[in-house]
Amino acid sequence: MLSAEERHEIEEELKRYPSKRAVSIDAMKIVQRRRGWVSDEALRDIAELLEISADDLDSVATFYNLIFRKPVGRHVIMVCDSVSCWIMGYDRVREHLTKRLGINMGETTPDGRFTLLPIVCLGTCDHAPAMMVDQQLHRDLDAEKIDKILEQCS
Amino acid sequence: MEKVLTRYIQPDGVPLDARAYERAGGYESVRKALRMAPKDVTETVKQSNLRGRGGAGFPTGMKWSFVPTGPNAPRPKYLCANADEMEPGTFKDRLLLESAPHQLIEGMILAAYAIAADVAYIFIRGEYILAIERLQKALAEAYEAGYLGKNIQGSAFSLEMYVHASGGRYMCGEETGLLNALEGKRANPRTKPPFPQVSGLFGKPTIVQNVETLSNLPHIINNGPEWFKKLSKSEDSGTKLYGVSGKVKQPGLWELPMGTTIRELLEEHAGGMREGLAFRGVLPGGASTDFLTAEHLDVKMDFGGVQKAGSRLGTGTMIVLDDRTCPVGMVRNLEHFFAQESCGWCTPCWSGLSWSEQLLTSIEEGRGKPDDLEKLEFICKFCAPGNTFCALAPGAVEPLQSALKYFREDFGRHIQAQHCPWR
Ligand SMILES: Cc1cc2nc3c(=O)[nH]c(=O)nc-3n(C[C@H](O)[C@H](O)[C@H](O)COP(=O)(O)O)c2cc1C
Ligand code: SF4
Ligand code: FES
Repeated sequence: MLSAEERHEIEEELKRYPSKRAVSIDAMKIVQRRRGWVSDEALRDIAELLEISADDLDSVATFYNLIFRKPVGRHVIMVCDSVSCWIMGYDRVREHLTKRLGINMGETTPDGRFTLLPIVCLGTCDHAPAMMVDQQLHRDLDAEKIDKILEQCS
Repeated sequence: MEKVLTRYIQPDGVPLDARAYERAGGYESVRKALRMAPKDVTETVKQSNLRGRGGAGFPTGMKWSFVPTGPNAPRPKYLCANADEMEPGTFKDRLLLESAPHQLIEGMILAAYAIAADVAYIFIRGEYILAIERLQKALAEAYEAGYLGKNIQGSAFSLEMYVHASGGRYMCGEETGLLNALEGKRANPRTKPPFPQVSGLFGKPTIVQNVETLSNLPHIINNGPEWFKKLSKSEDSGTKLYGVSGKVKQPGLWELPMGTTIRELLEEHAGGMREGLAFRGVLPGGASTDFLTAEHLDVKMDFGGVQKAGSRLGTGTMIVLDDRTCPVGMVRNLEHFFAQESCGWCTPCWSGLSWSEQLLTSIEEGRGKPDDLEKLEFICKFCAPGNTFCALAPGAVEPLQSALKYFREDFGRHIQAQHCPWR
């Protein structure tokens, strides 16, 4: 079931558009912000509120890179794998992260602390290589910097 | 040089609040425009020769003139700022969004007034967290100061403006994909005609405009079209945010007169190549533009100049290839991006681009076959303009077709030696 807060936030979004389905992505993001991901149950609840079918909403959910349809760790690391970062050392960044965390791209650590994902260009190519951890952007990465960032995540 | 787009940007990048922005001359153009007829605002922008900064370079005033006007025009009409900025190697709109949000809002009010739009959305990629926060704050201030909402500055003009943070997909930046995304659908493109100017968001007349394009408008209205034309060093008017990334001494972003040469950007602003590295080529305007090489260093970075050299100005943010980086690996990285971001609507794109990625991967990993290059060339033709539903695929093969032309020997060496010479 959607919480009262979730429902309220979605209803605020609805005021900004002439159709209910227009807030599909916003609604899934609102739920994801609180729960980390969008479960089948959450998907059905949102679809019901927006008066569209759950399958229809799922076809939207799976189109977008930032909507998670599987559980993720407490911290989501998104590493830019696009061209400027690739030139400036993406491979080294990826290797360091996968070694330190003991997981591959697309996986979550067994303790549920980190999920590691690739992301397209983060628009900070003059400070490549770059990554985002949760809501925070990190730039000009090297091994030392990455270690410090990881340490700060509980 | 006179600063235009970066005029209000503070050294620390923190944006001016509405009060400070007004004191610095901000929102003056709104008061001026409200005293003009909407069609005169369009006419001023037409005369300035402002061309879209989102990649295609379409004349802005002309685009507006296709929107139906008058008492019988369909309502509501919409304006969308395209702040999706997902083209790899592009990092210019971020600066304007994070550090001059009121300038964008001011520009949007002008565009909305010209086409009599009732509602405006800022479509911004979800990863731009800081920009979203700052835009939301600036919007609240603009409402508070009476620049948005009902009867703006006591006039008959009203406008609501909202931020939409995207779910993330390169296709959301394509004008009609953006409209589908805003309607809560998959960001597949739409058939044209009807053009969005006539039937766009929710079936109503809509204009989609890049952030940098919109941010120019207050200055054009304040200072006039002739002033705007004189800012440039070329036929295309105004200034441009130019960026350089890759292994140069000082990667960065600079506002310079339109028509600045590649050489000046690379050597004076980016400080030249890093110690021990040599320049081999450059994608002049982001990931979806053709490579240019050392023979093109004196090309002017404007729409016509880059086109004559065989590429596109695109977003004006260039990516430099050095001699220690493998061109095949670089193109493989690019085609991986495009294949992944293809929306899957038409065959040349979804099938051709993933095939190109496979071929490039096998060449890079030492499994390339002599006829792979012909296959890659076939894919480039297969994805040419006219064969696909939108411009993603034609853009995707631009770096590939030009790499096959300028770095053909390097592809050949991979295939002959059955391994990458750079490893
Ligand atoms: C795949 C694809 C992605 C695009 N992404 C963007 C983008 O992120 N931002 C942008 O302004 N234009 C983007 N465009 C161009 C838009 O379709 C459109 O031309 C532009 O927003 C119009 O604004 P302008 O005339 O002010 O340049 C993209 C085009 C394609 C084909
Ligand atoms: S060219 Fe690619 S992105 Fe564009 S419609 Fe076809 S499949 Fe989709
Ligand atoms: S390529 Fe990584 S931030 Fe642009």
